[in-house]
Amino acid sequence: MNKLKRLSPATRSNYLTYLGVILAFAILQPMAAGGKLSPTLQGQLVPICAYVVMTLSLNLTVGVLGELSLGHAGFMSVGAFSGAVAASALQYSIPNGGLRLAVAMVIGAVFAGIVGVLISVPVLRLNGDYLAIVTLAFGQIIKSIVENLYVGVDGKGMLHASFLKPLTSLGEGGRMIVNGPMGIPNIAEISSFIAGFILILITLAVIFNLVNSRAGRAIMAIRDNRIAAESVGLNITKYKMMAFVTSAALAGAAGTLFALGQPAIVASKFDFNTSILILVYVVLGGQGKMWGSIIAATFLTVLPETPAMRGLADYRMLVYAVVLIVVMLVTNSPAIQSFFSRFQKEAERENGKGGEQA
Amino acid sequence: MSERQKRPPTKLVPVPSVNKIPERDINKAPILECQHLGIDFGGLTAVNDFNMAIGRTEIAGLIGPNGAGKTTVFNLLTKVYQPTRGTILLDGVDTHNMTTAQVNKAGIARTFQNIRLFNNLSVEDNVKVGLHNQVKYGMFQGVLRLPGYWKEEKRAHESAMELLRIFDMEDLASHQAGSLPYGAQRRLEIVRALATNPSLLLLDEPAAGMNPSETADLMDNIVKIRDTFHIAVLLIEHDMSLVMGICEGICVLNFGEIIAKGTPDEIKNDPQVIEAYLGKKREV
Ligand SMILES: Nc1ncnc2c1ncn2[C@@H]1O[C@H](COP(=O)(O)OP(=O)(O)OP(=O)(O)O)[C@@H](O)[C@H]1O
Ligand SMILES: [Mg+2]
Repeated sequence: MNKLKRLSPATRSNYLTYLGVILAFAILQPMAAGGKLSPTLQGQLVPICAYVVMTLSLNLTVGVLGELSLGHAGFMSVGAFSGAVAASALQYSIPNGGLRLAVAMVIGAVFAGIVGVLISVPVLRLNGDYLAIVTLAFGQIIKSIVENLYVGVDGKGMLHASFLKPLTSLGEGGRMIVNGPMGIPNIAEISSFIAGFILILITLAVIFNLVNSRAGRAIMAIRDNRIAAESVGLNITKYKMMAFVTSAALAGAAGTLFALGQPAIVASKFDFNTSILILVYVVLGGQGKMWGSIIAATFLTVLPETPAMRGLADYRMLVYAVVLIVVMLVTNSPAIQSFFSRFQKEAERENGKGGEQA
Repeated sequence: MSERQKRPPTKLVPVPSVNKIPERDINKAPILECQHLGIDFGGLTAVNDFNMAIGRTEIAGLIGPNGAGKTTVFNLLTKVYQPTRGTILLDGVDTHNMTTAQVNKAGIARTFQNIRLFNNLSVEDNVKVGLHNQVKYGMFQGVLRLPGYWKEEKRAHESAMELLRIFDMEDLASHQAGSLPYGAQRRLEIVRALATNPSLLLLDEPAAGMNPSETADLMDNIVKIRDTFHIAVLLIEHDMSLVMGICEGICVLNFGEIIAKGTPDEIKNDPQVIEAYLGKKREV
């Protein structure tokens, strides 16, 4: 415990985050295995993990890089569909579900990462809020593309894809995987809570280790002051891209995890509302605060499904919009900021590290 | 203080064209040479026909009334703005095609008139960002925590602490940069700039907002920095005691044009400079 106290506050908070996740898993996993969870919660374990990873990855873009992304669900969609297609195509070559899931997640992450590169090359060169606008459009475009996409596998295991027109010539032994607007109607559910738990840990490790490295310092320096960052010789575009593409790839992996835990998925599941939902989780949990993201994503995924709240389901987006506005107003109000910073200063002084008060 | 006064008076030697640099630097190529540098903002000519050379280990001053174009000169040198006219030679190399980041890698580091720190990072991390291009490991080594990460991070930590020691700031290493008092923020900006291993350090009003004793310390430290790192310093400052105390060569700017160049003594007695600062004498 003493050793924990000597660590820097940031490192301590990182360790506590890992610890919290592991504890939560250690408690929930035996309950889930023993059938002690309610069926709704049981069914939500994988989606919770997927949304936690989505929120963490968006927090990398919003909190650490300081750019606004309004189409994060688009990356989830790319990861969901590419991962699910991969899992389906590999069904016979990799019979082991866990291994197939891992491979599918890597493929989902790679595809989402590539799309992230394609978006960021033109956009991140610009300064200003262009990324928000472009990602907003991107989310819509991905949805339209996937809704018109037909992918199938023929008897020899070769993938066939077609855009706008359904596939007709899959031949003997062939089958459809992605069926246009119907999405993927029959998924072998190979995602598990354990897989989700591992993905959360990997995501945390990637984000924490990135943040506490040379590249992470560069990313946060750019967020804090772009002009100063340039003046000390940082390649702005490179580090913005690094953060954004990492964020996209992690969202892709989360998408695969999510898709392979559902019986069926459609493109409209990953729409603008989902992007905003995840943004609300990030803002509520606190920008740059990873433990906050985990808590916000978990509770806001579970809460609307509880019997008491289900009646309000229709108002969910309305409530979130109001919450988002209130949080933004509150955190940006100088009066409230100074109120909280006074608290913080007092706490610091009590800890005997107030230093010089100017 | 005393050490500074013992320094022998510098004799400025004219070099071809219109520049003067200290005697000890005269046989070396100047670290910086500006030729006919100029920039227009729309119809406003902010800087025009700016010619200046700075010796390898010179402390030079750039002074002038408010709005004279001093900060704009810094922004031209660091490519925050692209010059409309003229050339900048850094160590003999034309910086024509360089970006701000490339100019820094080539050897110019700067501070800002309105402090620009990485406010949410710790003091130590601010310096480490300055050390960025000296620390050699990639993103994957960092994320996977390979041996290169630990080795280089240790080195970065040691260099950062050593640099902070210049201003006795090691104790503040873990503090958040944005929460430092004003004077400490200015000093941290200088440390961060030094961390990039420059050959020319540009300081934009380093003593602004400092009290007299802080300013005196700063003067000593600027000289100390020059002497330990063997670099050139160009500083903008309104505090005349600082400028006259440590600058060997001074360049006076008014309405974007150089109106005088010389040693502190020459500048003090230059009628045009007096007029620019005090206004024209009324003829009776
Ligand atoms: N980006 C810009 N666009 C338009 N005009 C500018 C710009 N930057 C500077 N100027 C103008 O150029 C002139 C010189 O400004 P500059 O900031 O260089 O003055 P300065 O000598 O540093 O003054 P001070 O002592 O007040 O810092 C001013 O008239 C200013 O308004
Ligand atoms: Mg200025």
